[in-house]
Amino acid sequence: MISLVINGAPRSLDVPEDFPLLWALRDILGMMGTKFGCGIAQCGACTVHVDGVAVRACITEVGSVAGSKITTIEAMADTPIGTALQSAWLELDVVQCGYCQAGQIMSAGALLAENPAPDDAAIDAAMEGNICRCATYQRIRAAIKLASRQPQADRRHQ
Amino acid sequence: MTTVSRRLFLQIGAGATGALVVGFAWRAAAPADTRPLLLGNYVSIDIDGTVTVRAPNPEIGQGVKTSLPMLIAEELDVDWDRVRVEMAPNDPTRFGQQDAGGSMSIHRNYTALRQVGAAARWMLVDAAARRLQASHGEFRTAHGRVHHSSGQSFDYGELAAAASLLQLPDPKSLVLKDPAKFSIIGTSRRGVDSPRIVRGEPIFGIDMTLPDMAYAVYVKAPVFGARLLRCELAAARAERGIIDVFTLKGQGDRHGLQDGIAIIASSWWYAQAARAKLEPLWDTDIGVGHDSTRYREEAHSLLAKPGTVLEEKGDVEAALAQAAQRLTADYEVPFLAHATLEPQNCTARVKGDSVEIWAPTQTPEEGRQLVARTLGVAPDSVIVHMRRAGGGFGRRLENDYMAEAASIARHAGVPIKLVWSREDDFAHDFYRAASYHRLRAGLDKKGRVSAFAAHGVTFAHGSEVAQAAGIEGNGFESRVVPASRLEQSLIPTIVPTGYLRAPVSNGLAFVRECFWDELALAANMDPVAFRLAALSNGSSSGGSFDAARMRAVLEAVALRSNWAKARLAKGQGMGVACYFSHSGYFAEVVRVRVDADGHWQVLNVWVAGDIGSQIVNPLAARAQVEGAVMDGIGSMRAEITVVNGAAIQTNFDGFPLLRMPEAPVVDVEFVMSAAAPTGLGEPALPPVLPAVANAIHAACGARVRQLPLTAERIQAARRG
Repeated sequence: MISLVINGAPRSLDVPEDFPLLWALRDILGMMGTKFGCGIAQCGACTVHVDGVAVRACITEVGSVAGSKITTIEAMADTPIGTALQSAWLELDVVQCGYCQAGQIMSAGALLAENPAPDDAAIDAAMEGNICRCATYQRIRAAIKLASRQPQADRRHQ
Repeated sequence: MTTVSRRLFLQIGAGATGALVVGFAWRAAAPADTRPLLLGNYVSIDIDGTVTVRAPNPEIGQGVKTSLPMLIAEELDVDWDRVRVEMAPNDPTRFGQQDAGGSMSIHRNYTALRQVGAAARWMLVDAAARRLQASHGEFRTAHGRVHHSSGQSFDYGELAAAASLLQLPDPKSLVLKDPAKFSIIGTSRRGVDSPRIVRGEPIFGIDMTLPDMAYAVYVKAPVFGARLLRCELAAARAERGIIDVFTLKGQGDRHGLQDGIAIIASSWWYAQAARAKLEPLWDTDIGVGHDSTRYREEAHSLLAKPGTVLEEKGDVEAALAQAAQRLTADYEVPFLAHATLEPQNCTARVKGDSVEIWAPTQTPEEGRQLVARTLGVAPDSVIVHMRRAGGGFGRRLENDYMAEAASIARHAGVPIKLVWSREDDFAHDFYRAASYHRLRAGLDKKGRVSAFAAHGVTFAHGSEVAQAAGIEGNGFESRVVPASRLEQSLIPTIVPTGYLRAPVSNGLAFVRECFWDELALAANMDPVAFRLAALSNGSSSGGSFDAARMRAVLEAVALRSNWAKARLAKGQGMGVACYFSHSGYFAEVVRVRVDADGHWQVLNVWVAGDIGSQIVNPLAARAQVEGAVMDGIGSMRAEITVVNGAAIQTNFDGFPLLRMPEAPVVDVEFVMSAAAPTGLGEPALPPVLPAVANAIHAACGARVRQLPLTAERIQAARRG
């Protein structure tokens, strides 16, 4: 049995140590917010926080995070940063298909926890690992700035 | 308590291609009934006043789950905040054509769904008129209430039960609102599912779960269409979490079930991991000779010979011979994958002959028919539930995953959720076809294009042009050039091809509009002025192409982008292109930076588009344009390479998509015209590719005529 702490609650799983956290969340625990996109940490759809750090759940073995604090999109509304991001996402109507957006919000949440007022370069660096196939990048950038109470203009090319 | 079921139909929007039937049936109950009453399939109004509007078409990120209900709510005269939107069931007899493709949702539904809202409103007024024994003219509606001239008013909820018993009005008698009085259409409304999405709620196809459900992978051939010869299953069966492993025989339909090995497990991961224990033997001979490099060689030998003439106007060879200046150029675009971020998936439950399917699909009805054919059951015994799709881009016009999931569930005897791995998705797409082009044109002494000949080589399945692979004109050259010809040649292929966002146009726009840039420069003219001059030819309108609308968007984008006046830093350039597709006119200007090593980055894109007289939801409309433009730019770096009948790219590491640091700033302006409103998922995409390539040429002098537009190709073109 593997013991994990997910969104503050202890969970026991009867899976091998090398079982990916993504599939433990989705198939074993029925938590569908964390998405499958590529399986090789290329797209970021499965981003969760492990002790506050954004990691890709598809390549994270459950055995490696036993005892760590795991946070998923389902618990983001419980934090001020999470609610600020979710409100900004809705305010600017970021979502198109929406499939990547949980992962985007998780990466943005880890960024704002470390850097409360990220500039464009910091946003580029923190968000580069998250693909949005609908390419809502312009609005994601603006929403991160809105959530961190900054002017929303993209200043990279001025 | 008895419920009377009746079904009526409104014939709406009869046209040359036959009437569009919009189902408008309703369930009526006794007037004393206090249960919620359904007022039409699209609209139900609860006695407590709750208004539910059903969204008929699949939501794949194009925003129709919001925009189509807006059309109904506008004419119903109810506040948007009071509207609850839910997904309609798949039932074309009641909801008409329920698909997501061709940017057709608004085009097809703009008037029809407004009539639905107006009909529901009419019935509420009729109910009030009967109650007060007054005539319709004495009533008005606003904010979900019917007001009588006496000052008496009723909430819609108070009238719903009585209204549900009334006859439908004749659609011809319905008066639709003056657009000047719109309070929902033309206002920005946020996506109705977005609050659930940002909280991570399980609304996508892949999030579906059923009691006692197992998980499945389906292992198919590594070569397109290869048959399974044999496979030992015992080793995979012995793996942890495995419930069953079995083979299925394909049905010879590339759009349906193909040979494969199903692995059923208690978690998708166990099934995926057990694949490594299979050593299937496939008859891969079918793939021999099917290589991108061989296709290219064959294309160039075909381009040297005459092709099949698709369009011809005047004597193009004579016009070329008389031209003051002649240009010839070869262009090429590669195969591309769709790469929806949500991998293909489908949940299926089969009990006897009764089949239930949950899937993210763009064509639920085609899926239902495919499942019925595949299992040999009556279509009426198959139900397809539309789930929100994590992207479509044309991939989910196909329902191969439905045929697989249904077949696997029947064999397994339990409900299953089939999920493709990303590698499955890249290996079994319906790819945008590669194509190879030779363009020849002549300029007269005044620098006008006097002759234009295009020959395109594309692919065939058997004797037919492969799906979505045809060479087409878009009305431009055939209208604006006195003598033109369009030819096509075909290469047989086994590669499955299909519709990718702005199909055909997404490749042809690059080819044609880059060449027009070459012509402008040869004529020593500004590329915007050159196009405007061509579009001013007397004969330049006709058919479905309206040169005046294209001129208007070109002029708008030139103004907006400060074209030809902007001060550019070293290494930067601006390019322009315009293209007509999916009924939309788009002109786009790109500012790009090209580094000394050939690496390029798009900094800004200015877009001017005309999709008719009305933008339904401006906030979402701008999002579609922003996304389409970035999708087009991203596609310029990617390709699918075919080797021995298989795609060699397997995941996002080999098929780059646009990422945050590469995303440009996109500025969008809609130019309004008198035309009926049309769709927006696609037409903004095609012009951005040539605009980028033209900007790169302006920045560094490199004319790259082959996609993907790599740094190596820029450096090679610079060296000349």
